[in-house]
Amino acid sequence: MGLLSDPVRRRALARLVLRLNAPLWALPVAWLERTMQSVGLEVYTQSFSRQLPFPDETHERYMVSGTNVYGILRAPRAASTESLVLTVPCSSDSTNNQAVGLLLALAAHFRGQIYWAKDIIFLVTEHDLLGTEAWLEAYHDVNVTGIQSSPLQGRAGAIQAAVALELSSDVVTSLDVAVEGLNGQLPNLDLLNLFQTFCQKGGLLCTLQGKLQSQDWTSLDGPLQGLQTLLLMVLRQASGRPHGPHGLFLRYRVEALTLRGINSFRQYKYDLVAVGKTLEGMFRKLNHLLERLHQSFFLYLLPALSRFVSIGLYMPAAGFLLLVLGLKALELWMQLHEAGVGLEETGGGSGPSALHPPAQGVGLTSLVAPLLISQAMGVALYILPVLGQHVATQHFPVAEAEAVVLTLLAIYAAGLALPHSTHWVVSPQAPDRGWMALKLVALIYLALQLGCIALTNFSLGFLLAATMVPTAAVTKPHGPRPLYAALLVLTSPAATLLGSLFLWRELQEAPLSLAEGWQLFLTALAQGVLEHYTYGALLFPLLALGLYPCWLLFWNVLFWK
Amino acid sequence: MPAVHGGERRWEAEAAPGMAAARPLALLVLLVLGPGGWGFADPPRDSLREELVITPLPSGDVAATFQFRTRWDSELQREGVSHYRLFPKALGQLISKYSLRELHLSFTQGFWRTRYWGPPFLQAPSDTDHYFLRYAVLPREVVCTENLTPWKKLLPCSSKAGLSVLLKADRLFHTSYHSQAVHIRPVCRNAHCTSISWELRQTLSVVFDAFITGQGKKDWSLFRMFSRTLTEPCPLASESRVYVDITSYNQDNETLEVNPLPTTTYQDVILGTRKTYAVYDLHDTAIINNSRNLNLQLKWKKPPENEAPPVPFLHAQRYVSGYGLQKGELSTLLYNTHPYRAFPVLLLDTVPWYLRLYVHTLTITSKGKENKPSYIHYQPAQDRLQPHLLEMLIQLPANSVTKVSIQFERALLKWTEYTPDPNHGFYVSPSVLSALVPSMVAAKPVDWEESPLFNSLFPVSDGSNYFVRLYTEPLLVNLPTPDFSMPYNVICLTCTVVAVCYGSFYNLLTRTFRIEEPSTGGLAKRLANLIRRARGVPPL
Repeated sequence: MGLLSDPVRRRALARLVLRLNAPLWALPVAWLERTMQSVGLEVYTQSFSRQLPFPDETHERYMVSGTNVYGILRAPRAASTESLVLTVPCSSDSTNNQAVGLLLALAAHFRGQIYWAKDIIFLVTEHDLLGTEAWLEAYHDVNVTGIQSSPLQGRAGAIQAAVALELSSDVVTSLDVAVEGLNGQLPNLDLLNLFQTFCQKGGLLCTLQGKLQSQDWTSLDGPLQGLQTLLLMVLRQASGRPHGPHGLFLRYRVEALTLRGINSFRQYKYDLVAVGKTLEGMFRKLNHLLERLHQSFFLYLLPALSRFVSIGLYMPAAGFLLLVLGLKALELWMQLHEAGVGLEETGGGSGPSALHPPAQGVGLTSLVAPLLISQAMGVALYILPVLGQHVATQHFPVAEAEAVVLTLLAIYAAGLALPHSTHWVVSPQAPDRGWMALKLVALIYLALQLGCIALTNFSLGFLLAATMVPTAAVTKPHGPRPLYAALLVLTSPAATLLGSLFLWRELQEAPLSLAEGWQLFLTALAQGVLEHYTYGALLFPLLALGLYPCWLLFWNVLFWK
Repeated sequence: MPAVHGGERRWEAEAAPGMAAARPLALLVLLVLGPGGWGFADPPRDSLREELVITPLPSGDVAATFQFRTRWDSELQREGVSHYRLFPKALGQLISKYSLRELHLSFTQGFWRTRYWGPPFLQAPSDTDHYFLRYAVLPREVVCTENLTPWKKLLPCSSKAGLSVLLKADRLFHTSYHSQAVHIRPVCRNAHCTSISWELRQTLSVVFDAFITGQGKKDWSLFRMFSRTLTEPCPLASESRVYVDITSYNQDNETLEVNPLPTTTYQDVILGTRKTYAVYDLHDTAIINNSRNLNLQLKWKKPPENEAPPVPFLHAQRYVSGYGLQKGELSTLLYNTHPYRAFPVLLLDTVPWYLRLYVHTLTITSKGKENKPSYIHYQPAQDRLQPHLLEMLIQLPANSVTKVSIQFERALLKWTEYTPDPNHGFYVSPSVLSALVPSMVAAKPVDWEESPLFNSLFPVSDGSNYFVRLYTEPLLVNLPTPDFSMPYNVICLTCTVVAVCYGSFYNLLTRTFRIEEPSTGGLAKRLANLIRRARGVPPL
């Protein structure tokens, strides 16, 4: 592979990097177009604009408009039915300029080769993921998130695989790979294996979740480190955020991953040639594919780059957790049945058939109110924060983003007052039957939800199951109520989120103080809502419309009178 | 039913007149059949003309188009012709055996990028009255040297002399685009068409990538393109010429230069624009005899700027929109870049049956408004028998983009109908666009026999329009594919379960049970019995 082996190309790359290091305030569209044209690509641009539901304070943006530039390398003697994508997000704070330089150098090198069987799209996006989303939606001619963008002029068939590149500095000491995509989707494991192979071949230091790969699996250290990496992956996957531009490709069934060049101030440094060679190798391999990547796993957890836990191994864990809910529900059902029979027997000689239906009817009607009210709380939690942000900013001295987060928390907390306002509808007769029926419904509801979540995003399902299931199983209106209440609050979805944040930073060896943790929690809430509106992440609606109402039911059970 | 050249897999459709072969894709077959019924033939006379046109494309690439025309004044369909001279016997027999009226067969690898390369040079003849017409496309069929060799063997001079010397496989397949074709058609011998002759055109067009081999420079020579030079004309050819397009795209003249200087030039209106060609006649002794070889060179005087190449008046783009494996949408974008003239386009789509089209979702919009087609012909698909056929006549407003989209649902196939496990997906053949595009310059009617071959393939009916047939990209669609290892697992598991259950049940049901006396004694008793038997005493 002769990438950048000749001094001319190397000098050209240096010039590019210099040019890109000059301060720039927007994507240099015209320059990029010219440069891509001069290396012989078909160049197109796409402009897009998006108004976020409320200002994004972490990225400091609200009304976003930008331009994506992409060049298509047409494979000779191919009819543009398939393509590969190399994408580089480019933002105004010039953090990723090295990657743009490398992309252009690779484009120039690739253009001179004759072996391409698939078109290659070199995509430079503005406003990181927003640009990627705009481009992907336009490429597939769909509108999922309501972004406004100009239609694409050039296409190259079905995208088979994509690699996103982020280089934070010109010195790269290790390459980190991110696989977790939107809503916990993962690329085919073969793509990761491909990367791993070229890492080994090129002697590059590759990390997963920022963790070095342990070589020694015989002593305790290796598995422990593997466990740390695995937990980090679980947390990141559970968050449902796209961890890099690749995450958005996965929705369109394009296998994709993000490579991050990281300068961790180690002794051995790699120049961009090494990174370029890895990318070239990956693209040549992908180019030779005779099929979509489908032979390997789509559902896996990674304790290390070279090891994975397959779905067959981890799914039983979630299954057993959910079994608890099922058994508990069965027990309640039997108890309810016995209670019904008991009632009939005390009712006397009017016959079983006469008394049975009213007894059940009482149980069911008493459920309607709590179910409706908790579900309504969920809907309010989903709709009101974003809808009422302007009202909130008018009446309180807060910014929009803060208003949204605080409204979220307020509605969430207001839900806790629910049982006191609903017990008037509860029928006074057979109080035990009432809470049992409610708990039965709540258990089944929770089991169904967790089951569905675990099937699509195992990490999220497992995290929620591990926290919610034990408390949900033991909750009842008798016994040590304050203890149950404390447990329930600690295992509510919001508390799980807070706890996960602490755990995440702890695993990354950057522990949080309480105040920092709270701040991060607020940011995460805002980001979660934003990601739902901008990329279609499902975590926020899932929690607001599904799990929070369900959790409220248990709260309701606990305070049943 | 005639034998159709091609792979085992083929799908055919009856189509309205007006489609024929020119080729964006791998393989395209067109057959016109019918009873032959012409008058008596003159004594057989045949002639061969060969021609090479080199066209620098707007994008900077270079297209080379070979045409070899064999014309034979013979009644092939009627009488048992046994003596063949220039006309290849293999094709002649095909014509007489199956009463072929017309055949166009092309093998193409690559895609003609109209947007950057301009309208395709070689087009289908605008043929008229057919009795019966078949049209088929096989996307994703690889074209290789093994297709080129038999094609070359059809030439009278093979690749020994004349222009065909340049046909060196390793160079021809080192290009961006490669298309070889055979066109057979009857040609009228006189104005009233009382007698016909058979015309065989073998065409080959390639587009050389200026970037890959030119290393950034766009200068070309025959030797650099084909790694051969021309030495002598084919002795059997009555005409053997090389045309080089020296029209300058910019207004100022002389952007490119050819060497050696041409003796004559030829001017005509090709595809609506005025073109100038340098002509080299290989029969002209002055050209060959000076150096015993002719290495045409093409130099750009001014390097062509990076300005956008002139966009052709009509180009198209096609893609599948949507994601997921259930539904999708086929979208075709038709661009009319003419500043003030609208023109109609005939759009023909053949979509395989396993994409179930929802015809009610067919929408055609131009400039944000609905565009009602003046003619629609739709023939629904029949599962496993015939594809959807959708034909529309759409008026493209001036300077507009027209979007034709139709939604589809992906069908579930039978498990044997899936392609083998390593597959790219399912291909959808390109749509065909036929249009009369307004010319920039009015063309004069030409005399067929006298004008160059590349001009006579697409006769201009009236001077203000020219006929263009374009093909869009083929599409790749993924169908929901079951996990084929799953049935295997299920079969294995079921068999095991059945075997175990059945075995034990059968055992239980068929065995007769009886109470057995507990045997007492054991080893001692058996020993005693052995001794007793030896002694001849009955056992215990």
